[in-house]
Amino acid sequence: MTIKRIGMEGSFAIAEAIKLARVEAVAAYPITPQTHIVERLAEFVANGELDAEYISVESEHSAMSACLGTSAVGARTFTATASQGLELMHEVLYVASGLRLPIVMTVANRALSAPLSIWTDHSDAMAIRDCGWIQMFAENAQQAFDLMLCAFRIAEDHSVLLPTMVHIDGFYVSHTIESVELLEQEVVDKFLPGYRYPYPLNPDKPVTIGAFGPPFIYTETKKAHESALRGSKKVILQTWREFSKLSGRHYAPVESYKTEDADVLLLCMGSFSETAMMAIDKMQAEGQKVGLIRLRLWRPFPREELRQVVGNAQTLIVFDRALSLGGPPPVCSEIQSALYSLKTRPKIVSFVGSLGGREVSAQGFEDLIRNGVDKAKRGELDEFEMVGVRE
Amino acid sequence: MESLAIYVPRLVTTKEYFAPGHRACMGCGEALAVRLVCKALGRNVIIANATGCMEIVSSPLPSTSWEVPWIHTLFENTAAVASGIEAGIKVLSRKGKYTRKTKVIAMGGDGGTADIGFQALSGALERGHDFVYICFDNEAYMNTGIQRSSATPFGASTTTSPAGKVSIGQTTWKKNLPAIAAAHNIPYIATACHSYPFDLMNKIRKAVDVKGPSYIHILSVCPTGWRLPSDLTVRAGRLAVETGIFPLYEVENDRYTLNLDFPKLRPVENYFKLQGRFRHLSKETISQIQERVAVEYAKLKQKATRNNY
Repeated sequence: MTIKRIGMEGSFAIAEAIKLARVEAVAAYPITPQTHIVERLAEFVANGELDAEYISVESEHSAMSACLGTSAVGARTFTATASQGLELMHEVLYVASGLRLPIVMTVANRALSAPLSIWTDHSDAMAIRDCGWIQMFAENAQQAFDLMLCAFRIAEDHSVLLPTMVHIDGFYVSHTIESVELLEQEVVDKFLPGYRYPYPLNPDKPVTIGAFGPPFIYTETKKAHESALRGSKKVILQTWREFSKLSGRHYAPVESYKTEDADVLLLCMGSFSETAMMAIDKMQAEGQKVGLIRLRLWRPFPREELRQVVGNAQTLIVFDRALSLGGPPPVCSEIQSALYSLKTRPKIVSFVGSLGGREVSAQGFEDLIRNGVDKAKRGELDEFEMVGVRE
Repeated sequence: MESLAIYVPRLVTTKEYFAPGHRACMGCGEALAVRLVCKALGRNVIIANATGCMEIVSSPLPSTSWEVPWIHTLFENTAAVASGIEAGIKVLSRKGKYTRKTKVIAMGGDGGTADIGFQALSGALERGHDFVYICFDNEAYMNTGIQRSSATPFGASTTTSPAGKVSIGQTTWKKNLPAIAAAHNIPYIATACHSYPFDLMNKIRKAVDVKGPSYIHILSVCPTGWRLPSDLTVRAGRLAVETGIFPLYEVENDRYTLNLDFPKLRPVENYFKLQGRFRHLSKETISQIQERVAVEYAKLKQKATRNNY
């Protein structure tokens, strides 16, 4: 197996993955910072490098709606969006998952208006948290490439049939040039065979898709949806295992970094984990028992894996990149609820920061960890703190 | 193509693709129109249906009235879903994964077409997808309880444009959707009504044969919302046409044809007096409407006449 290692933008790495996946339909509307992905795909189609229908729709609402159509006739379907675009898709996302259409989407995470901000945070991801899709976070271009390829195989598995979203941080992943190992087409073809939707729209065998659910049946349909989403974890793990065999790169629902014997753990999602690692390295070199946890899988929520990784740590510092205005920060409240029923659990300290593209440096993470440890000692666990905010 | 109007009683299939047993109101013009549309379409279609009366009366889980492949997703996105289906069929056919010749049909009510689905419709027409968009226009949001839409006619009383001591009901003129569709320079546009079944079916067949987008606007009488006895559905549709309020016409590659021209139009009052939604209208308002109908009809006739020279 020859391996191509190339320096390329995260967006282009994603587009390469989509091409290698032999996607058949793309419906997309431009929004910063997603544009480079769909521009590159449009080029592939224009040059005959990708045999797909590219639908230049007039809004994100129509982008996801067109994806419902392409997916329901049985075409392998991809789209990408960000921020306001994801919000405009909001109601369609629920339909995609409720109808069990295995659409795959990249979201280049970006803050929500107002005020308008094109820069990254996780407000958009958190706003669509409950839409019934499989959701995972990639933190660099390589992971984005890998997870995109895995996403099709997971989504299209007949025991899953759920749309799948891969989140990448806008600009940090989408626009940064990094070293990426691509895979050969034959390797991908073996890993990801052609797509066959089991119940396509076709006059040969008419089906009704999207009938309405009266009260006597709605609850059961939602239960089935919930079971399928929870059950998808098995397929996700299996897919990642197989992917590691052909690529040598390993993925897990909750990934740890230097957590052995760590008393203090920091939990992050997305590209900032890599900056946080620098802080962890430095603090460990100074003899401090600190480690890092990254949530790779967000939906279905990996409770068991989280508990295992947290182990016997004394303090868990959760860094959210979104607010739940008027309520507890979204990731932290889920972490708290996942650990609540344990007999022994760490003290959980909640921080929110890096909203709308605000930088957090390695030094910033170091300060944040020290601050978190102090807060835990003082028992200041009820309120979250916004990092680096001018008041 | 042969004209169905000549042989029609023998040519129309007895096969129903929109099955009986649906839950539409008695005398529903839209259900009648859908039934005729489906007969004209035959089985080689995929239908995308907007949320609305038709979706609700035909698809309570786990039953369905549809004997052709059918999908409902949301209210405002039907033209976009149809775009996706058409594009999907195109790529799969190219790759040999889909073999049957299939026409994609999008269906929506007047609210789903003229209001909330307007942008998606315009987008799909502009992109040139090979599909037929059919608007079943019953002139208000009937499914949610007779609220006004932009297709509600001037003077009609609805639950959100009620006639009152200081209101005549709807104070705006009906949005002209066929004209807007025509502004997209698509190859085929037609108006139709279930009260002229053979004209309607002819137009559906024409639309299916057209390559590219076509738009059919079907006036669908709603006894419930129009406050009309349910046995007068067909008559009301005929009067809408005979008064010139809803002329039957086609636009084929920018050529206008008035399918039924009357030497003398009936007075609009004949149409209004059947319906409770217009009961409150004063003589002055009725003559104001009469005037407008005459002007609009003359404009249309001029376009149709111009084509003949």
